[in-house]
Amino acid sequence: MTLAARSLKLANRLDGVSVVLEPGRITAICGPNGAGKSTLLQCLAGLLAPDGDEVLLGDAPLPTGRERARRIGYLPQVGEIAWDLSVAGLAGLGRLPHGDRGEEQVAAALAAVDLTHLANRPVSTLSGGERARALLARVLAGEPDWIFADEPLAALDLAHQLALLARLREAAARGTGVVLVLHDLALAMNHADRVLVLERGALAADGAPEQALSEATIASVWGVAAHWLGEPGARALVAG
Amino acid sequence: MTRPIPLFTLLILLAIPLSLLAGRVWLDPWTTPNATIILAELRLPRALLAVIVGAGLGAAGAAMQGYLRNPLADPGLFGIAPGAALGAVASFWFGYAASAWLLPLFALAGAGVAMALLALIAGRSAGVALFTLAGMMIASLAGALMSLAISLAPNAFAMSEIVSWLMGALTDRGWAEVRLAAPLTLAGVVLLRLAGPGLDALTLGEPAARSLGVNPARQQWLLILGTGLTVGAGVAVAGIVGFVGLIVPHLVRPLTDRRPSSLILPSALAGALLVLIADCVCRVLPLVTELRLGIALSIVGAPFFLWLLLRMRREAWL
Repeated sequence: MTLAARSLKLANRLDGVSVVLEPGRITAICGPNGAGKSTLLQCLAGLLAPDGDEVLLGDAPLPTGRERARRIGYLPQVGEIAWDLSVAGLAGLGRLPHGDRGEEQVAAALAAVDLTHLANRPVSTLSGGERARALLARVLAGEPDWIFADEPLAALDLAHQLALLARLREAAARGTGVVLVLHDLALAMNHADRVLVLERGALAADGAPEQALSEATIASVWGVAAHWLGEPGARALVAG
Repeated sequence: MTRPIPLFTLLILLAIPLSLLAGRVWLDPWTTPNATIILAELRLPRALLAVIVGAGLGAAGAAMQGYLRNPLADPGLFGIAPGAALGAVASFWFGYAASAWLLPLFALAGAGVAMALLALIAGRSAGVALFTLAGMMIASLAGALMSLAISLAPNAFAMSEIVSWLMGALTDRGWAEVRLAAPLTLAGVVLLRLAGPGLDALTLGEPAARSLGVNPARQQWLLILGTGLTVGAGVAVAGIVGFVGLIVPHLVRPLTDRRPSSLILPSALAGALLVLIADCVCRVLPLVTELRLGIALSIVGAPFFLWLLLRMRREAWL
């Protein structure tokens, strides 16, 4: 079921963004600081109400409350965990919209992020990478149709970035729509199926990574002269 | 995780008979003259009131800490306890405190005004920060007005009565207070328990909690009403009894899975046990006059608070 937004507007933050997102694909939202990436992500996830037109899931408006929470998983940029829960307890929070303990789903989510062996460990004892995977397991445990994640790869080393992207790719292969805010253009270029480039709250480019993140777009949106090295799927961005 | 619930229930069931017998004069049901009357009219209602007041404060403390995501939160932060205390002080000031019903009703009215103010100021945005600041402002205002009332007390007797009452105690309380506090506290604990899943979601911060389907406004209403009923009823019948809401969740947390929702009922039971035991100690200590419950708990609570701060400084996690 597609997720569509027509002419999304939010005072001083979004200026008429229209997109139709398809399930089973990884879509990256890129753009300079302050371009409105997180705002767009939250509008699409139903967490911010845009001015005017609404977001549609299929042909119907995005549901609200627990129904929306069952359909849409959201991973915020700041991975706050206020209490020292166990890893399984943290993943279990993803079942709150369902009102069950979902032991099976929690176990599957932990297995997907390779944290089964740490299920009973307090989250305070995890490394940064394990913690990021545990937070992703919380979203996966809810078995949402859509995953919206704001900078999920920030503060992770390369190995953990690739591991997390692999888990998201698996989720996409199962039919889940994955939408990521990414600052690292090379990760977006190599791992996304589609890239939305935002500039000052408006869509500057939208398409396959090779087109949306062209050197011309990077120069015009980021103001940086840069060129891509390597082959499609294994690109590296070099400035200058 | 339900392990602490049977544990604290059992301990309360053991502590109540002990509390019935404990006092400046230990009671022997078979030989003490008028033992039945003393038990039925004095000690039983007092023990039950200790359970009720402690349960309310424990549950409110657990819910507050969960809501504010802060282990230093205390029910007093919402301004409801000071509001209730201000209502009670007003009843002393105007000379209505002699009536058994008017003092608690004034206190409940004070709690109600504090709750209404809180809802009015913070309710629209439903943000935790504004909510906390509004509560602190109400607490500060109520504290200032209480000080004003004490300094302008109509006579020395009224001043002494106010100060003594504010220290918190269960002395000379009876079935009337039990009948007043029990239903309100029970309703409050139920509301706080209903807020449990939302508090669990708030573990991940406000945006993630909203993404998990939590309605911030509903959550805030449950907290205001639940805390208002439990704390308001407690202050109305026992005065200011501090530190229970702060200490108890810390004692209980290691026995649970650390989800805020898992903490509310065990904290209610542990709070009941703590106040019950503290009240027994107040009665048994060989002092000229009975030690006030609020003072006893503060003497224990303040060092605990300091220990907590030191531990938090060591553990970057908190």
